[in-house]
This record gives sequence, structure tokens and C-alpha cells, in this order.
Amino acid sequence: MTDWTKQRKERARRLEEVASLVSGKVVQPASVTPLLERIICSGDRVCLEGDNQKQADFLAECLTQVDPSQVHDLHIVQSGLVLSEHLDLFRLGIARKLDFSYSGPQSSAIARALDQGKIELGAIHTYIELFARYFIDLTPNVALIAAVSADRNGNLYTGPNTEDTPTIVEATAYKNGIVIAQVNKIVDEVPRIDIPGDQVDFIVEAPKPFYVEPLFTRDPGAVTETQILMAMIALKGIYAEYRPRRLNHGIGFATAAIELLLPTYGEQLGLRGEVATHWALNPHPTLIPAIESGWVQQIHCFGSEVGMDRYMSARPDVYFIGHEGTLRSNRLLCQNAGLYACDMFIGSTLQIDLAGNSSTVTPDRIAGFGGAPNMGSDAHGRRHVSDAWLKAGHEAAGHDGPLVRGRKLVVQMVETFGEGMKPAFVEELDSIALARKLGMPLAPVMIFGDDVTHIVTEEGIANLLLCRDADEVEQAIRGVAGYTPVGLARDRAKVEALRQRGVIRRPEDLGIDLLQADRNLLAARSIRDLVTWSDGLYAPPSKFRNW
Amino acid sequence: MEKFTIHARAKATLSGKSANAITGVVASGNLEILFERKGDSLDVTVDVMTASHGYQPVWEAVIKDFVERVSPGGMHIAIHDNGARPDTVLLRLMQGARLMEAQS
Repeated sequence: MTDWTKQRKERARRLEEVASLVSGKVVQPASVTPLLERIICSGDRVCLEGDNQKQADFLAECLTQVDPSQVHDLHIVQSGLVLSEHLDLFRLGIARKLDFSYSGPQSSAIARALDQGKIELGAIHTYIELFARYFIDLTPNVALIAAVSADRNGNLYTGPNTEDTPTIVEATAYKNGIVIAQVNKIVDEVPRIDIPGDQVDFIVEAPKPFYVEPLFTRDPGAVTETQILMAMIALKGIYAEYRPRRLNHGIGFATAAIELLLPTYGEQLGLRGEVATHWALNPHPTLIPAIESGWVQQIHCFGSEVGMDRYMSARPDVYFIGHEGTLRSNRLLCQNAGLYACDMFIGSTLQIDLAGNSSTVTPDRIAGFGGAPNMGSDAHGRRHVSDAWLKAGHEAAGHDGPLVRGRKLVVQMVETFGEGMKPAFVEELDSIALARKLGMPLAPVMIFGDDVTHIVTEEGIANLLLCRDADEVEQAIRGVAGYTPVGLARDRAKVEALRQRGVIRRPEDLGIDLLQADRNLLAARSIRDLVTWSDGLYAPPSKFRNW
Repeated sequence: MEKFTIHARAKATLSGKSANAITGVVASGNLEILFERKGDSLDVTVDVMTASHGYQPVWEAVIKDFVERVSPGGMHIAIHDNGARPDTVLLRLMQGARLMEAQS
């Protein structure tokens, strides 16, 4: 007779194994490593919560201390691989296989480990793609997560950085998996319940608070005039043209400059209330002046940002705030919002080829994808309309009609030269060389050319929606590629013809006064200005303070 | 440090009466450009002092575009590039020309 409850029995067996190490749901810090040795079996799929920001760092450290002869060949399935401990698992022979989304600071170490055969790579995903697989074929057996506080029943308060936790726990707890949470403090009553206790098996009070990486803070003091010019071009040539009300911004300086220009240049253009009113966005400090100037109606966040908590708590009309008064973020839901409910994604990239494919891969770094491919793609399942979405779709089709659907605006902003005079426009993406080297069947591309609608550089805008064939796309891209080799190799007559058709638009075509491209146009010119705008509520991380 | 001079001929003299203008500040980690009006000639001379070697062809392309777009006849221009990228140079040149036109 078929046993339909094998997983349930296995879970019960493992819980029984560790009964002597726990008191109710509470584990002492010193018992965590022995507990992990008994509760995790070789070959298990393990999610060691590493989000974009919040890190289960104590549990990660404990996992690196298990005996590799007892626990080995783990399959790590987690969105962010950002701590050195995450890589140590592979180096020590505890883990073997990896499916992930984003690696940020470990991007060089991952590339080296892959090269040395220390990691068997499943795939590099976007966030929601990995989350989706949690429910299909990458369901964790054990999830090691992080929260701010827990009560003795295991109810968890995540704080503003809820991020991936509900998704990880949902997949693990309801499929006979085991959930272990590190918390900063065990309390009598949690301020709000982000994860119900019946989904959590064990809690441990970590010796120090979990680490949160500040990722979205851009110092206005470092915004250049070229970035200001590009922001002016984007505001006049795209925001004012298409009027996208619902949008997502990337995290680079180009979009930070736009945020800082909304209350000044955007105001001059009469765009307040007409564009950028509803956002899927991390808590960017550089958006504070626009919020305070009445531009923004509401913002849903993927995660939080160090220093922004008190400001957001004081602006519950704008942010999603729990009844207890702090932000509730949710990466899965916000990614979904960016995919289906936004009319525009605009963000920076590092490299663009002649077909408009855009990549942030360099030959010896594998930074992963994070959320950008989803934010920067047209969701073919979208059925509701908006003026911006329809206008983009009609431009792409060359006509309108009852069967012509819209398009998401996907705008890539890039300065023609990057760090160290490296041209951003290339004949072949570095990611192709990387794929060749690692034997990957598909090169890692952040946004494919067929999803990109506009490229903005300091030389102007290339509107790829209006291009009718690959040659036009190529010349439109060359036509904004400045003095890079790709730009210098343009066919001047074709580029001029594209300009006459409005496929390429230069600052002078848009009536932009270059003398305005000055740092005085920024609503805030320093981190300190942002603090002032926030009425003292924004508390920047110390590395951004110079006073 | 590399020094060279680029000569060009504009279609017209630059309008305005301003005798000189400066854009950018070297000490701010940005380039500095000095504009001087040298009479009604169509000639344009550009003295370049650059921190990066081997970019003269790029400089020539930048100056050529600038001269086509603005027609800055009669201008003597001195650039201390402080390692600035070509896009920044062009932006500063365009801003400098606007200042020369705008001021009386």
C-alpha cells in the first residue's frame, strides 16, 4: 500500500531527534549547530535566508560549523548570496548545488567558485522566478530565517524588512519542511505578527542583531551634471510624453537624479500629479523631496532601507504601514506589482549591445539578476489599460485598434562611458564571453532588447518602439552612443533620418536649456539636505554622514 | 599630461558680446573651460590639456560636433580636462557657448 505521508513522518522523526536540544520552540545559541546537524540531512534543499538586505547571519555562521561528514551535498535555494559564510558552505563541502537570484558583494567569489567547480550551478533566477520554483520543484526542506523579535510561541515580527520571509516560510511550512528563525530578541508579545507561530518550529535569540545592508542610499552630493542632463532628458522626453503615473525606478544614480529633479524641473514642466504618483519602489532617500512636495500618493516597497524607518512610519498615507506603526515590505508582492501594475520601469545598466540587450555582467563577476528583469519586462498577461501603456503599444505597432495591446515602457539610462572610460555601448556583451567560459547555454542578460523601449544617454533618447527593423534599432542605438567606438561608427545619414522621424531626440530637439543642467537644479544637494527635507526623520547610516 | 591644439572653422561667428566665460571648476573634480572672443573670425582654436593620453581622435570628434552644432566662430577655447569624459567636455562646451551668447 502506498504511504502518502512519508514527508510528514520524516518531519516528525527529525523534530524528535532534536527534542533534547530545545525547550518548547526556543533553542539556545550554543545548541544551534548540533541542532542543525541533526535536523538537516545530506542532500536537503536549504534556504538560508539571504534577502536583498536582511541576512540570517547567525544561522549562516552556525551552518558553516556543522560536520561536513554528517551534513553534505546541500542544495542551497535562496534569493541573495551575499555573506562570505554563504560561499564557505561550498568551500567546506557542506553544500554542493546552488539556485539563487542575486549575489552583490559575493559576485567575484561566486565566479571563482564556479570556475573551480566548487559550486554546481542550478540556475540564476529573478526573484519571483525563484520564489515561483519554491512552490514547484525547489521547495526547501529546511528554511533558516531572520526576524526582529519572536514570542515563545514562535510568532515573528520581521520589522520593516519583511522582504522574502513570508514566501520562504509559506513554501517550507506547508510542505512538511522545518522553519528555524533567528531573532534579535525573544519577547512576551510581538508588536505585530508577520509570520504566525504555527509555521515556525524553532527560534533562537542571536548574539547580535541580524545584518541589514544599506543598498538604496545615493548621496545627492555625488550626482554629476551629466546625470542631471540625462534626468532632464528623461523627464521631458519620456515622463512628459507618456505620462506614466505608476512606475518603478532602479537604484542607480541616474534615477536618483530624476527623483531629485521632480520638485524642481518636473515642477517647471507642470508634471506634479500627472506622472509618478504611484510606485513600486524601495525606500529611496532621494525620493523624500518629491514626497514632501506632494508628488507621491503611495509607495509599496520590496524591502526597507537603513535610516528610513522613522520617516516612513511618520508617512503612513504614503507607505504600507502595520497597525503597530512600522513599514511592512514584501518582495514577492512588490515584484508582482512592478510586473503587472506599473506602466514604466526606468533604470541604469552597464552595457548595451547593438540590439538593445542590456547586461550588468562583467567577465569575472556574477552578480545575478535580482528583480530588474521582471521590472524591465512587458507582462504579456496584463489586460488592464492605461494611457501610457496604450501609447507605447500603439507606437510599437504603428497603429491603434481593438486588438493592439499596450506595452510597458522599459527605459534604460546609461552614460556612454562608465568607470575608467569603459564604453557602455559594445558590439558584444561581456556576458557572452562569460557564458562561453562557464558553458552556460543562455548568456545572462538583464533586459533583452525586445523588452527595451527607450535608451537614454547624455546624447539623447533612442525610441526603439518606433524602429521598424534591426538596422534601425542598431542605428538608433549608435545615434545616442556618444564618442564610444560604437557611437563613432554610426551611419550619420541614417541617424539624421531617424532624428527627423523623432526616433532619436537630442536635448535641443526637446527644448532643453543646457545651462539648467547644473547641480543647483537638484532639490537636495547632500545627504544632509535630505535629512532637512524629512524634518529630521531620516537618519542616514553613519557612512553617509559627514557632519 | 598631454597638450595639443585643435583648429576648426565655423559656419558663423558666435552671437553675443561677452568677451569671456568660464565653465566648470578644476578643483571640484571636474573640467574647466575658458572661452575668449577673438574678433569676427570664423576660426576656432581649442587648446587641450588632458590628463589622459591617446584620446586625441576622440577630442577631435567632440570639437567637430561642437563646432557643427554651435558655430562658435571667433572663439579661442582652453580646456583643462582633469580626466573628464567626452560627454562632460561637450556639455561644458555647449554651456560655455550659451554663456557667451547669453551675457551682454
